Amino acid sequence: MSVGIKINHAVKAYGDNVVIPDLSLEVKDGEFFTLLGPSGCGKTTLLRMIAGFNSIEGGDFYFGDKRINNIDPAKRNIGMVFQNYAIFPHLTVEKNVQFGLKNRKMSKEEMNALTEEFMKLMHIEEYKDRMPERLSGGQQQRVALARALVIKPDVLLMDEPLSNLDAKLRVEMRTVIKQIQREVGITNVYVTHDQEEAMSVSDRIAVMNEGEIQHIGKPKDIYQRPANLFVASFIGRTNLANGKLTVKNGKCIISMADGYEFEMDNILEEEQHDQDVILAIRPEELVINDKEGIHAKVDDSVFLGLNTHYYVLSDAVHCIHTEDKDDDRFELIQESLIDEIIPNGTDVRLKIKKEKVNVFTADGSKNIVKGVKNDKYLYGND
Amino acid sequence: MNTKKKNIVQKQKKNYDSWVIVTFVLLAFYLFFMIYPMISLVKQSFMDKETGVFSMVNYLEFINNKSNVLALQHSFKVSVWVTVFSLILGVPLAYFTTCYKIKGSMILRVLIILSSMSPPFVGAFSWVVFAGNNGIFTRFMKNVFNIKMPSIYGFNGIVLVMSLSFLSLVYLYVTGALKNIDNSLVEASSNLGTTGIKRFMKVIIPLIMPTMLASALMVFMRAFADFGTPVFIGKGYQVFTVLIYDQYSGEMSQNKAYAAALSVIAIIITTVIFLLQKWANSKFTFTMNALHPIEQKKAKPLQSFLMHFYCYFITLLAFLPQIYVIFTSFQRTSESGLIFKKGFSLNSYRYVLEAYSDTIWNTIKIAVTALLLVVLLAVVCAYLVVRRKNIMNQTLDILTMMPYIIPGSVIGVALIVSFNRSVMGLPVLTGGPFIMIVALIIRRSPYTIRSSVAILQQIPQTIEEASISLGSSKAKTFFKVTLPMMLNGVISGAILSWVSIITELSTAIYLFTYRTRTMTISVYELVTKGSYGYASAMAAILTLFTTISLILYMVVTKGEGSGTA
Repeated sequence: MSVGIKINHAVKAYGDNVVIPDLSLEVKDGEFFTLLGPSGCGKTTLLRMIAGFNSIEGGDFYFGDKRINNIDPAKRNIGMVFQNYAIFPHLTVEKNVQFGLKNRKMSKEEMNALTEEFMKLMHIEEYKDRMPERLSGGQQQRVALARALVIKPDVLLMDEPLSNLDAKLRVEMRTVIKQIQREVGITNVYVTHDQEEAMSVSDRIAVMNEGEIQHIGKPKDIYQRPANLFVASFIGRTNLANGKLTVKNGKCIISMADGYEFEMDNILEEEQHDQDVILAIRPEELVINDKEGIHAKVDDSVFLGLNTHYYVLSDAVHCIHTEDKDDDRFELIQESLIDEIIPNGTDVRLKIKKEKVNVFTADGSKNIVKGVKNDKYLYGND
Repeated sequence: MNTKKKNIVQKQKKNYDSWVIVTFVLLAFYLFFMIYPMISLVKQSFMDKETGVFSMVNYLEFINNKSNVLALQHSFKVSVWVTVFSLILGVPLAYFTTCYKIKGSMILRVLIILSSMSPPFVGAFSWVVFAGNNGIFTRFMKNVFNIKMPSIYGFNGIVLVMSLSFLSLVYLYVTGALKNIDNSLVEASSNLGTTGIKRFMKVIIPLIMPTMLASALMVFMRAFADFGTPVFIGKGYQVFTVLIYDQYSGEMSQNKAYAAALSVIAIIITTVIFLLQKWANSKFTFTMNALHPIEQKKAKPLQSFLMHFYCYFITLLAFLPQIYVIFTSFQRTSESGLIFKKGFSLNSYRYVLEAYSDTIWNTIKIAVTALLLVVLLAVVCAYLVVRRKNIMNQTLDILTMMPYIIPGSVIGVALIVSFNRSVMGLPVLTGGPFIMIVALIIRRSPYTIRSSVAILQQIPQTIEEASISLGSSKAKTFFKVTLPMMLNGVISGAILSWVSIITELSTAIYLFTYRTRTMTISVYELVTKGSYGYASAMAAILTLFTTISLILYMVVTKGEGSGTA
């Protein structure tokens, strides 16, 4: 039933405006694969190319061994779930779920049995005679999912299916989607701009920006060893600081602006030469202590129960501003202690967890720490 | 980058679907029945009547003819004042009934919609019967109070009748806009110390400005293009539409080339007005969507009294003529129908149903055919314009909207000058119901297409994609998903078109023959003959038709009554 998806050198352009220049990837059979990126990065465009709603200007798309470029969207046998659910407002829940089955040669009994089965699976059988306008957003999304799955599609495509739901429902439906996908065992391509959502549901994630794949990998790999600066700052929160890499006697020393130095033993061999670098330090990769590390002063703190967030100022580091971080403060997270919260204005030292920190070339295009796993290169992207 | 560019050139297979053929057919229709006649019209306007060679003689004649220039000025003056009065009367009416508790506002609404659906010439005719030289009101004032009422004829009468008729349009549009204002905006402005009239002027008016401009344009166009009102009540006050008709059909001096030149001038004026309005509208673009519509407040007693008085007075004034026409239709008349006698009878109806039964059937036949085609055209055009954007369909969109700025009389003249002879080997197309149906389709489609486009734009495309991804073909998706979702809106639009189709006069007057007279034309004929009783009966039947249509409309839209006509 379910098949893998293979995309070779896909091109999407509107007139002269090239949205996706050259993109290749593979989704394994039964895999939960997520396209993640900021709005306008081409993720939805790519999904709609797979679905057949966008024309394909170049490259080959395969479902299993079958090239689908010229197959009518109605005949691709896909299940699709849309951001706005796209429930037929003039049909009852049951008729909505049944809609796709009516396009197949199937006995009435079989059709009813299948409809019943999937309404039960999505826990919507009690609303089967209701009109969609009398359903909540979460319920509508369940109908949409049942409708997409009941036709036993080869692949399931989901376009930001949770972004219209409120925060609590979003988390709940996330679990539902993941669970159903496993149960049915279907290949799923999922589009979202919410990195937390992506990490919580995906087997693998492709991070996209400006029509190009930046990084394909497991959520853990992408978070801990992002392929480049874009991925590092897009996934999770990151403090960025300028630094210098110097190689002395075969040892790689990183020095910060204030002269604080530490040695790193996991720099890629080919990058072991003197160069300017950018450090991406996640809030949990800094340890407050009073002995060693960069000099800093606590500016503010937020107590969130499990953790306490500190915002510190330091002349020692030169902060690089990103889209969602535009102040000169470093953010760091400590597990809340039973002791007092460190008062504002206190001088502290920050030690960097050097086994976790990521170091990028000055242009941000490459992570020079060992251990980056990027499947992107397996599929012929450059 | 170069190699990538090459990749793009690797073109996907062009998918020719049946919609392309539909586009071609529609384009051909508009080219043949609208563009070609317009070109003929322009050509004719540059033709010397005697010699048939190209010349500016018609335009020169226009400029040198004081009375004709005056007619143009009259039309302009009338349209401006009608627009002003319709706004002044209609906006407060909409504001009071939407924002304050007015008792019986539902009934007021029904009456206003009903008066918006009645053709202005029925209003004109009834004002003549009511307050003309020999009208009941005039006589009453003279006999009882010995007051000589100012004449209802001429400029005053035209403006009065049209303003009372078109204020209902303003009311409908503005009510729709007011319902889109979120209550929080009103609350915020009170919170900031702006209330009462100041709030109305500073907050409400700017928010409904786009709607006011749109309705002002509509009123202006209709007033400028109206033929029935000035013909019935204008007497010596010559306006443009009547002038064109006189030039075209004049018994003494028929001059089609000159009528064509006048038509071209009319189009230029309406086009300029249209562009001006578009420009003005571009200064006020914002979208509103009310989560919580304005709550109706109870006004203070005195204010409330004044508002009630205003609303009822205006509505009654707008509706009074219709009631009076119905009243007149039951009055006993002399055998010839020219003189009213004491007492009531059904003799007017008896006469009309006997002598003019063919016009009723004509009206129904022509109108039903036109309506079905208009609806079909509207649905198909909306689909092409919204879902299949390409150059050809955008052209089609512009073509279908063009009649919006072309006065009905001009379309009438253009069709008759183009098709009263054989074109491209086809038989002569004028003289039968066919050309009248074509005229109605061209004239009435813009409104129905606009409302269908609006509905379709509200239907997310993903719903259609969902259907396709579930294995339905495009055609099946259109009929099973898109059409059912559009249907309610399309039907309500169709009912409004139906009303405007059966009450249409200004184009039909050029195209009818004895065999294809419609009800509006027979009212016109009867009034010209002076048979007011018979004319009233016919007008009353027409009112009955529109009332039934309105009830249907209210049922379809569940009493909402949309803001667009």
